[in-house]
Amino acid sequence: RRLCILKGIYPHEPKHKKKVNKGSTAPRTFYLLKDIKFLLHEPIVNKFREYKVFVRKLRKAYGKSEWGTVERLKDNKPTYKLDHIVKERYPTFIDALRDLDDALSMCFLFSTFPRTGKCHVQTIQLCRRLAVEFQNYVIASRSLRKVFLSIKGIYYQAEVLGQPITWITPYAFAHDHPTDVDYRVMATFTEFYTTLLGFVNFRLYHSLNLLYPPKIDSQAEDELKPAEGKEYAMDSESYLERLSALSASLARSVAPTHEEEVEIDEFPVEGETAEQMDSKKKEQEALEKHKKLFEGLRFFLNREVPREPLAFVIRCFGGQVSWDKSLCIGATYDAADPSITHHIIDRPRVDKQVVGRYYLQPQWVFDSVNAKLCLPVAEYFPGVLLPPHLSPFVTEKEGDYVPPEKLKLLALQRGENPDEESEEEEEEEEEEEDNDKEEEEEEDESEKEEEMKLQKMEEQKTQNTQSNKVLPVKVTAGKVRLEDKQRLEQEQQSEEKRLAIMMMKKREKYLYKKIMFGKKRKIREANKLAEKRKAHDAALKEQKKKNKKARQA
Amino acid sequence: LSTSPGPLHPPGAAPRFPWNSLPFPDPAPGVLPPQDIRNTVGNIPMEWYQDFPHIGYDLDGKRIYKPIRSKDELDLFLEKMENPEYWRTVQDRLTGADIALSDEQLELVQRLQKGQFGDVNFDPYEPAVDFFSHEVRIHPVTNRPADKRSFIPSLVEKEKVSKLVHAIKMGWIQPRKPKDSTPTFYDLWAREDPKSILGRHKMHVPAPKLPLPGHAESYNPPPEFLLSPEEELAWQQQEPEERRLSFLPRRFGSLRAVPAYPRFIHERFERCLDLYLCPRQRKMRVNVDPEDLIPKLPKPRDLQPFPTTQALIYRGHSSLVRALSVSPSGQWLVSGSDDGTLRFWEVSTARCLRTVPVGSVVTSVAWNPNPSICLVAVAVDERALLLNPALGDRLLTTATDQLLESWEAPEEERVQPVRWVAAGPEEHARGIRLILEHGKPVTQVTWHGKGDYWASVQRGAGGRQVLIHQTSRRWSQDPFRRCHGMVQCVQFHPLRPYFLVASQRSVRVYNLLRQELTKKLQSNCQWISSMAVHPGGDNVICGSYDSKLAWFDLDLSTRPYRLLRHHRRALRSVAFHRRYPLFASGSDDGTVIVCHGMVYNDLLQNALLVPLKVLKGHAPALDLGVLQVVFHPTQPWLFSSGADGTVRLYT
Repeated sequence: RRLCILKGIYPHEPKHKKKVNKGSTAPRTFYLLKDIKFLLHEPIVNKFREYKVFVRKLRKAYGKSEWGTVERLKDNKPTYKLDHIVKERYPTFIDALRDLDDALSMCFLFSTFPRTGKCHVQTIQLCRRLAVEFQNYVIASRSLRKVFLSIKGIYYQAEVLGQPITWITPYAFAHDHPTDVDYRVMATFTEFYTTLLGFVNFRLYHSLNLLYPPKIDSQAEDELKPAEGKEYAMDSESYLERLSALSASLARSVAPTHEEEVEIDEFPVEGETAEQMDSKKKEQEALEKHKKLFEGLRFFLNREVPREPLAFVIRCFGGQVSWDKSLCIGATYDAADPSITHHIIDRPRVDKQVVGRYYLQPQWVFDSVNAKLCLPVAEYFPGVLLPPHLSPFVTEKEGDYVPPEKLKLLALQRGENPDEESEEEEEEEEEEEDNDKEEEEEEDESEKEEEMKLQKMEEQKTQNTQSNKVLPVKVTAGKVRLEDKQRLEQEQQSEEKRLAIMMMKKREKYLYKKIMFGKKRKIREANKLAEKRKAHDAALKEQKKKNKKARQA
Repeated sequence: LSTSPGPLHPPGAAPRFPWNSLPFPDPAPGVLPPQDIRNTVGNIPMEWYQDFPHIGYDLDGKRIYKPIRSKDELDLFLEKMENPEYWRTVQDRLTGADIALSDEQLELVQRLQKGQFGDVNFDPYEPAVDFFSHEVRIHPVTNRPADKRSFIPSLVEKEKVSKLVHAIKMGWIQPRKPKDSTPTFYDLWAREDPKSILGRHKMHVPAPKLPLPGHAESYNPPPEFLLSPEEELAWQQQEPEERRLSFLPRRFGSLRAVPAYPRFIHERFERCLDLYLCPRQRKMRVNVDPEDLIPKLPKPRDLQPFPTTQALIYRGHSSLVRALSVSPSGQWLVSGSDDGTLRFWEVSTARCLRTVPVGSVVTSVAWNPNPSICLVAVAVDERALLLNPALGDRLLTTATDQLLESWEAPEEERVQPVRWVAAGPEEHARGIRLILEHGKPVTQVTWHGKGDYWASVQRGAGGRQVLIHQTSRRWSQDPFRRCHGMVQCVQFHPLRPYFLVASQRSVRVYNLLRQELTKKLQSNCQWISSMAVHPGGDNVICGSYDSKLAWFDLDLSTRPYRLLRHHRRALRSVAFHRRYPLFASGSDDGTVIVCHGMVYNDLLQNALLVPLKVLKGHAPALDLGVLQVVFHPTQPWLFSSGADGTVRLYT
């Protein structure tokens, strides 16, 4: 099992299950013969054997209480390296980046584990180190693109060398360790992932001319040094902590040139029109703008706010961030600093407000990042009912349900201001509604009258048939029936289609029905969501009206 | 025992035991007691002396004779009773003599039996006296002087130590470095070759990434993504594998209220399991535009004329109309119903011209296809009637009557499967001319194209299900010796002397001239209900109760060329148009489907089947819809009769 995990060997579903399984269709797992042969030549197999022998010897020594032997054996514990496996599984760097999602999620999860039980302390420390290194890289390269606060954890998406890398981190709470999970499997995966991530980090740091292992910029280090110098027990321990505070920039092996604004040369690709070029250029500009979203803003995090994700996100987009000194190491400025522009707070009320800064809920940061612009702050004040937090990973296709908030956001991105319009609309709507009611009543009346007439006529008819004596044949003026040509055309077409479907072969019909079922389900779900929303909005409006009336009364 | 010989053998006591016969010196060597008979044969099995009178030799080399054993059971018993020593008497195997054990010997035996030591005086639990004690004595335990080497430093050790010292001085031996467990990283991909082997072989399937979260997973989703209480209940009752969402969408007012997700580790673990245990397979996603799947057929508009709208409704019957037939001229229509009447209609006006009560359920009617004869065959219960409707040209009707009356009874009466009976005066007035009494319920009547022969199908156990009648000679015959299965319907071939018989699963084509089976068509249906023959004669359609319509091409194969599953319920009737390339099928779902069925003269070109129109109109009643469909002989019109008691004309 360990070998399969490390070498990335997995079962294959055979093309002809019956042929492979000697005629039976019982569920069995099949591995490729080549894969298994491939495992045989793996040098790490010998290392595993050595380790097995080591364990046996150790057990024997323990049994005999030969403590000297135990010591000696432990000193010579066989170790193995996974470097060649990483290289073998990912021959190019891009391959490794493509497969980084699971590695990151796992490392972030393991780095939150307690230092006791479940797995080795070294593993957890290594995971923490690698995760922090990767975060620092993302900050340094400003490659974060999307953030999403889900109920499971926080999703991040970064774009590294053109590859989108998504990972999830759990919320910072103690884990309720489940009993039905085999931690050995996870540990084996983590073993491989840490190796992979270490090499990837090394390469990434070097691609940005950063030192690896990371060093905090000397300039920043001076700032960070605690004044008394006695607050922390050990320098070595606090170093990783300071690094993980994410508040300082990293030292570079080559001094950065300050003017980084390099005009991108234009290489017209054949078959590319000027429009495409333009759009590309625009995209590039938008990306640059997105990277500098929080540039020049100074944030202060209140102590109840999750510090690490927020500091990470703000730093990724060029903002400056600080927190209370007692909360964590690495605070750069105080809460009373007058230059603070945004104060992130997650309490219903603010006691002492300082003039000159926005007090906002943390969702503002995440929503702004996803919207690629600083959103209007009015909806995010403390104690205010927050607007829904939408997933940035969803791109609605035609026919999908688009929540109204998303529409609003899109309008904002286009540069329109939907708020005013919508307010006006609301007012108009209210007026219209009143009118509608009256009209409806009128319509109802007219309908009733017609119904009455019809009823009378029917009664007459029945009487006539019953009596059947005199046939009161009347010639009434006929009405011209208007034929809607378009509709007729449509009906005809749909009938033709129905007839053609009847002639389909059985297999094709099955496929067709399946496709249509899927489509219909999609539409149905979208309609359901829209309906739910409508009902919800109506309920809200009614509530509002009631409140208004109550206030008036 | 050997250590304590003394108390056992007091001198004077007879040492008669085998164990003291060998090693011990005689207690009184000088005196040879007369009783001392010691056997000198040694350690041999005593059976060897069985056949001899003696048992060995004594010290003097004289024979020791066996004591005389002449005691019988009674003597033994008496001795046992009388001899007080009997219980302690044993037999010496070496000498064969009886020995009474002494008291000491008895005691020894008893002690051994109890597991005690033989010696009475032996004490197994004597207090142990420790040689080395904690008390310091003034004298050494051993008086050996110390070795010289214990005062001189060891040369060997010195040599070893000096070697080590030398090695340390030279730097050969170094202290063990503390192991650094932190891994070292370097640029692994420094010399990467993009063209190098693709990591692994071609079959490598990279693991799919996890799907990205949607709006519903947000901690503060839009309100429409939250589940209503009913949906939540449904979600909880579903199996975890069936759920479309793996979590319950929830809404939290602020970020600080969001708890940890309890299944986070589970999900990572499941992902790990998927990565190394789940079989992978490259699946081609069917990226088909569903519109492309629909076959390209000629437009129905281009295949006109065909009946499209309901033109007339013939009302009058009070029950199901099971049978329908159009006169060859296309002017009249006859319908037979469950209410026991036949009705004759004028096609163009929907006016009922005549009503003929026949007394029972009419199962089938067929108008004589010969235009010069005005005759209708009717299947009523157990009889088949020939009826002259007396419609249209009077000359024609009288000519028909004359034709029927011109028959003369043959001289010799032939044995016929049915009885031909001329109608009585009352029936004659109603138009009935001849009655054929079958004796079994008749289900179908059908005419030959010429108008003289006609066939009837009767239902019942045993043979004789199909009969062929000749009107002019008034005689009937049973063409088949035995029938295969239950005959559903029969048809005369329009051009050749063939006769088609449809049983439940298959259609048999018989050559009437040669009187042989020419073809057997396998219908692939469960139960054929009806059959029609193309006027060209090469194609046959069969409707079945399992809602299939099978189109046979007789030249092509005995299997259906196409199986059309147009209807949703059982087919009751199918019909071909005599002139236009049309065929129609009526079904229990209340619809009639008109299809274009073009047959080409070119043998290489298959027939073109295009559904043209779904005609609705009949209201389903009694779980039945359309019972019979018939085309107009000349116009592209279609008549259908239904379970609602109406006949409808579609034009």
